[in-house]
Amino acid sequence: MTTPLLAVDDLRKHFLLGGGLLGRHARSLKAVDGVSFTLEKGETLSLVGESGCGKSTVARSLMRLFPPTSGQVVLGGRRIDDLSAGALRPLRRRIQMVFQDPFSSLNPRMRVRDILAEPIRNFGLARNRADLDGRLAALMERVGLPREALSRFPHEFSGGQRQRIGIARALAAEPDLIICDEAVSALDVSVKAQIVNLLQDLQKELDLALLFISHDLAIVEHMTHRVAVMYLGKIVEIGPRREIFLAPRHPYTQALLSAVPVPEPDAGRTRIVLRGDVPSPINPPAGCRFHTRCPHAFERCRTEEPRLDPVGGDHFAACHLDGAALPAQAA
Amino acid sequence: MTLLSVENLQVHFRTPDGVNRAVDGVSFAIRAGETLAIVGESGCGKSVTSMSILRLLPEPPARLAGAIRFDGRDLLQLPEREMRHIRGNAISVIFQEPMTSLNPVLTVGRQIGETLRLHQGLSRKDAEERAVEMLTLVGIPEPRRRVREYPHQLSGGMRQRVMIAIALACSPKLLIADEPTTALDVTIQAQILDLMRDLKRRVGAAIMLITHDLGVVAEVADRVVVMYAGRKVEEAAVRDLFRSPRHPYTRGLMGAVPRLGAAEQPGAPQRLAEIPGMVPSLKTRIDGCVFAGRCPSATDLCRSHAPALEPKAPGHLAACHYAPKDALAA
Repeated sequence: MTTPLLAVDDLRKHFLLGGGLLGRHARSLKAVDGVSFTLEKGETLSLVGESGCGKSTVARSLMRLFPPTSGQVVLGGRRIDDLSAGALRPLRRRIQMVFQDPFSSLNPRMRVRDILAEPIRNFGLARNRADLDGRLAALMERVGLPREALSRFPHEFSGGQRQRIGIARALAAEPDLIICDEAVSALDVSVKAQIVNLLQDLQKELDLALLFISHDLAIVEHMTHRVAVMYLGKIVEIGPRREIFLAPRHPYTQALLSAVPVPEPDAGRTRIVLRGDVPSPINPPAGCRFHTRCPHAFERCRTEEPRLDPVGGDHFAACHLDGAALPAQAA
Repeated sequence: MTLLSVENLQVHFRTPDGVNRAVDGVSFAIRAGETLAIVGESGCGKSVTSMSILRLLPEPPARLAGAIRFDGRDLLQLPEREMRHIRGNAISVIFQEPMTSLNPVLTVGRQIGETLRLHQGLSRKDAEERAVEMLTLVGIPEPRRRVREYPHQLSGGMRQRVMIAIALACSPKLLIADEPTTALDVTIQAQILDLMRDLKRRVGAAIMLITHDLGVVAEVADRVVVMYAGRKVEEAAVRDLFRSPRHPYTRGLMGAVPRLGAAEQPGAPQRLAEIPGMVPSLKTRIDGCVFAGRCPSATDLCRSHAPALEPKAPGHLAACHYAPKDALAA
């Protein structure tokens, strides 16, 4: 078996909240609490879940925008979570990120040319001035923007065009993996389709791996290979797209899928409406974290935390109900 | 019975670099008890239309023309004093962002009671009693405790329930819901949509739902108006619209949205249908069809002459020179 491009093992990120004299009783917010997955070259893995489930914290820990509390991150066979900032720097080229808000993620005082040239210069990718110009022109063409736009400022572009600039900036570093953190969520429907198509084309052309973080399950289904469903800092189900969407095993995945409004007036689906809100990650429920909202919860769920166990092939779910009690349910 | 009719509404904004025609000649009607959805992308004029109905736009820079008839009166002609009797009373509104549209320094009970005391002259005590009833109606547990809490003590879904309670407190005839679930998570969105459907049955208010989410439209609307670049391009009953969209823009929108479950079906498209290009600037006058610049089947006729909104099937209007037309269209 070949080494995966990215392997994340038992990643945890706890934020200390202070409180308590001398920090003895300091509470912590367990944003990510033991997350493991792998990602292959050319593959898309989507992280889905609701606000506060920890999906963005996973992304930021991988980018080392803050240090993880524990766990391992292995990129191309090399452990990177314990590297010093200096040792990590050349490796940062390999993981790039596209952010949600195309208005705040571009420096308004930089021209597009400088925005795109910055990563190329940082990583010393261009041999000379002509090479740099050639790279910039190629990047603009790749994301479908006119070359003349290089001399313009971000405010002169629409939201969709700015997101193209954000993607070009990520590509400039020639990464192996791009993390898209809700990268299409803020865009209008017609523009969203353009950007989703662009990402899929780029993946094919460049054999890019994508970690696609989104709450839009229909978009995820359209473009992903595998899906990891997160709830309160943990992955509750992970598997190939087909398994997750056609035969979800975890009650949370089932509820999540059934809650998506479908643009068909006579769809006539039965919806599982979850009661209540997501509990606080500061003091998550004991046992299975989902038991407070789960329609199937029983005694064991309240005391014992379920493990992420295989339920067939590449498909894993963390639920005490076995296959017999919880038949795979079509969403 | 028609409850509200918007007739040839125009909302233009004076800006330093020209007039922005945010809404340019839009007409539609809402019948008592019905849910009308107004769909479109950012900048199509859907929110400006709803703000105009409540007269919440500052004039100037906004300039409103046309008529908005409600209960036999033209809201655009009413003095501000009379508008205040209508807002929050006969017509109320739920905004998208429940965090910023509630007052952070007043208890939930005060905010629900405010409209009741103002419009129905209830005493503070009676208003609080009624606030508890309203919280019960919108499904907030422990209403007696919650009524004394502040917005920051509530979750996003609960805040939106409070917004709905405020909006419904005076039993409005028309409820305007501007992207009511857009800021919410999908399981919470499902709860709020269920609540809105349930309340519609019990309270009987007409709802004008403003949204960009075709899934939400399909779930709650009776009729749909599609807006593009300040104009209405199509209107139909919800089933007709989804079954046979007539305007190329509506068809484009539907093609651009993946449907959950579709990816696993044989022959599922590998790519989403794109609508090329982007929305035109509203600062230059557009003589032809507003969608001509992005339409796959636009001709010279489209670029020079704006198509009239005409019936293409019974109860189905579209503004397109080439939209298919049924023989029976009246």
